[in-house]
Amino acid sequence: MISVQNINKFFGPQQVLSDISVDFEEGKTNLIIGASGSGKTVLLKAIAGLHTIDSGRIFYDKTDFTGLGEKQRKAIHQSMGMLFQGAALFDFATARENVRFPLDFFTDWSLARKNDRVDFCLNRVNLGDIGDKYPSELSGGMQKRVGIARAIAMNPRYLFCDEPNSGLDPQTAIVIDRLISELTHEFKMTTIINTHDMNSVMAIGEKVVFLYQGKKEWEGSKEGVLQANNKALNDFVFASEMARLLKEPRS
Amino acid sequence: MIKKTFELIGEYILLMKRVFTRPEKWKIFWKQCVMETEKLGMTSISLIGVISIAIGAVLVIQTAYNIENPFIPKMYVGYMVRESLILEFSCTMVALILAGKVGSNISSDIGTMRLTEQIDAMEMMGINSANYLILPKVVSVCLFNPLLMLFSFMIGILGGWLIVAATGMITLSQYATGLRFAFNGYYIVYAITKMVAFSFIIVTVSALYGYSPKENSMEVGRASTRSIVAICLLILIVDLLLTQLMLN
Repeated sequence: MISVQNINKFFGPQQVLSDISVDFEEGKTNLIIGASGSGKTVLLKAIAGLHTIDSGRIFYDKTDFTGLGEKQRKAIHQSMGMLFQGAALFDFATARENVRFPLDFFTDWSLARKNDRVDFCLNRVNLGDIGDKYPSELSGGMQKRVGIARAIAMNPRYLFCDEPNSGLDPQTAIVIDRLISELTHEFKMTTIINTHDMNSVMAIGEKVVFLYQGKKEWEGSKEGVLQANNKALNDFVFASEMARLLKEPRS
Repeated sequence: MIKKTFELIGEYILLMKRVFTRPEKWKIFWKQCVMETEKLGMTSISLIGVISIAIGAVLVIQTAYNIENPFIPKMYVGYMVRESLILEFSCTMVALILAGKVGSNISSDIGTMRLTEQIDAMEMMGINSANYLILPKVVSVCLFNPLLMLFSFMIGILGGWLIVAATGMITLSQYATGLRFAFNGYYIVYAITKMVAFSFIIVTVSALYGYSPKENSMEVGRASTRSIVAICLLILIVDLLLTQLMLN
């Protein structure tokens, strides 16, 4: 479980995260939703240790991540995987080399064993045949899937996904969502996904946290999202014409 | 302005602290060094060769043109060309040229990696990205550039020889005598020392500008330009300091 307690984050004079406390449950897909600029990415990167926080605490199980030295943080980082918004694949490496990258650094495995693991990860995301291609030769959806394969290469306990569906067509987005959800349950990871895609919320959300102007405005289940009596959340959830049309018969 | 300069110096020190740590795996480190030598050093050979041959030739013409006094031996053309090349052109001028080529390459490469979150991806894996990306560049450029400088020196001398042979403004034996006249081996040590210092500046300063956070692609370009300006200024300042220290 990842537990966030009273975290605050400022960029200069501007407060982007305000007193946020939330528990992200183990073995589940936890979704952080909110409009652009609500602080989702900053919160996710703060939890992952890519942004320092100004106050508050972040616990990985019982370990206080904020109070750790660089060496111990590094050890926890090796149990994390992250899928970035633009996949963040290394341009200088092929898809296989991208997936093998953390294995080269942190294992003493033989090349054959590392290649087996790479094959397993690429096959798991249904990309067994594109290993020798460079990121620039792959479509957006393929890049995301290679990003997922790289994220799970070290068999992580925690998986972070920053806007996994951004820039993807609805069908590919569903494929990515399903893949993340399946992997979460298969490897019993604590997964945190940042999204503003309500399809993702309905498809794979097990716990949902809604951020509004840097504050935690609401948290609950995906079923609760539709019935919540919270104006900011309702405005966000039913912002699209389609969502409004679906809501009207109910009301 | 002063505050920003001190902030930049602080950032530089903090970055260097992360760069100069023990590599995660020596095998990966040496592999990176070889790749960086190929990418940053070997690809500069033709550029430096062309410029050096031309400068050597021009130095001969200019020096010969300026030594019209019949009491000054013509062999001084060779002597002047040698001294100009080794003392200033092959180290300082070549370093300024490399600042443009290698510095902008490093700054834009690292800047793009920062912008596209590739550096964040490394940090997420628990890899010290500064050490992985910058240290092999420092080692390879600081080792290879002095060789490039010696290459520039020899090619410059050759350029002079070619123009002497082509025009006959002085005899080849006069040129060769001048090249050997009052040779001071310490100048080679001085030139290599300068080149190592300049190479360190080129890599670390361009890496600093590339490594700083970026919001958009325009910032990558701006950082690259700023890094070249800063490198050129620093090279000139360090040139003055080292010359004062080593030749005075």
